[in-house]
Amino acid sequence: MIVLVGTTKGLFTLRSGDGRERFEVTGPAFAGEEVYATCIDARSGATRLFAGSVSNHWGPVLRRSDDLGASWTEGERAALRFPEGADASVARIWQLAPGPVDEPDVIYAGVEPAALFRSDDGGRSFSLVHGLWDHPHRTQWQPGGGGLCLHTVLVHPEDPDRLLIAISAAGVYRSEDGGSSWQASNRGIVVGFVPEGEALEFGQCVHKVARDAGDPERLYLQHHGGIYRSDDGGGAWTPMTGIAGMDFGFPVVAHPTQPSTAYLLPLESDEYRCTPNGRCTVWRTTDAGASWEPLTTGLPQRDAHITVLRDGFTTDGQDPAGLYLGTRTGEVYASIDDGDSWRLLAEHLPPVMSVRAAAIVA
Amino acid sequence: MNVRVRVPTQLRDLVAGASVVEIDVGGPSDGAATVAAVLDGLAAQHPALERRVRDEQGRVRAHVNLFVGSDNVRDRDGPATPIGAGDVLSIIPAVSGG
Repeated sequence: MIVLVGTTKGLFTLRSGDGRERFEVTGPAFAGEEVYATCIDARSGATRLFAGSVSNHWGPVLRRSDDLGASWTEGERAALRFPEGADASVARIWQLAPGPVDEPDVIYAGVEPAALFRSDDGGRSFSLVHGLWDHPHRTQWQPGGGGLCLHTVLVHPEDPDRLLIAISAAGVYRSEDGGSSWQASNRGIVVGFVPEGEALEFGQCVHKVARDAGDPERLYLQHHGGIYRSDDGGGAWTPMTGIAGMDFGFPVVAHPTQPSTAYLLPLESDEYRCTPNGRCTVWRTTDAGASWEPLTTGLPQRDAHITVLRDGFTTDGQDPAGLYLGTRTGEVYASIDDGDSWRLLAEHLPPVMSVRAAAIVA
Repeated sequence: MNVRVRVPTQLRDLVAGASVVEIDVGGPSDGAATVAAVLDGLAAQHPALERRVRDEQGRVRAHVNLFVGSDNVRDRDGPATPIGAGDVLSIIPAVSGG
């Protein structure tokens, strides 16, 4: 098992055997650089790592490792760059997402300012997805607190031409034609931060979207002010109830194999943005959001004012699921029993911005 | 004409550890060029170094300072600042960051 922990000061790597019992921490790689996006990709038959980082001085870099992080390379030419004429430059890499399972050289990248890029050569070079960049809404998109970022890319598992992306604070957009054209898909998501926010076509501050393991049309969404589910691939969204008074949060994670099962980590209000009542609680639904149960075993339940960001919570794809969450206070917690119990894997790291985990394929 | 470019410690891994790289900007050996031309030469000869100085639209990054001798080029003519044979262009990170 390998867990990549991107922090504000570099990338840390946690490794364990198949039992996921003991993890060894190494790093940081790229010391001093902020690592908002990583990707562990084994579609080609061997584990390949990607890391998107940014230096406050020297700008963004996309690196790749074919030796589990022992060494990292970047291309002669920058892999991720806006073309001439776009009048934009990549400020930060927010998301690195594998393409279809049977197209291992296809990788998507979401960046700030909000744009989608696609690679067809295993991440060596990327092309701007013009269909989204040229969307007439784009000039009206407003940045969320983290910037105008494209932070979520979901490829439909049965139809690679069906793409879903999310932008803060523009909302969800979908393409049915491989990215040539895009439609805003935010129907039902209520915006509380503007007047008359119930019928906005776009402008939602969607924080994260995850796809159900059993039904590819079922999606879970954490909004700036509410949690939602779609049963039609994002055509319409309905509120999920059951976590009273906890509308705010950043991540949402779907169980990798169990249908109707997802996880949230609500935070107290959009002003405080820490775990409520000093208790770090993960919430799990096994009925697609109709009801939620708190998971606290092994998570700090006293004086724990913790923030977990949108990509700071992930699963390792195993069954039972390994779940990993990294905090802004530099802790990494893990569960290897679908969330029933948790333990501390690392502490005193820099603030955690992203976590990804997967079994190693040699 | 060759111009010497001083590389900050943090970026020397990109140029095999060198503290100074020589950039050929063309023209006669005792000629003159601009900072932009030196950076264009840097892009051709050491692209990974150059893209840490300028973004993909050719703009010098906000927290990178370039000096010709002891002059910050932002206080002169920016990328159009002249530079001659024997001058040194220094790449220096600004005192900022997080």
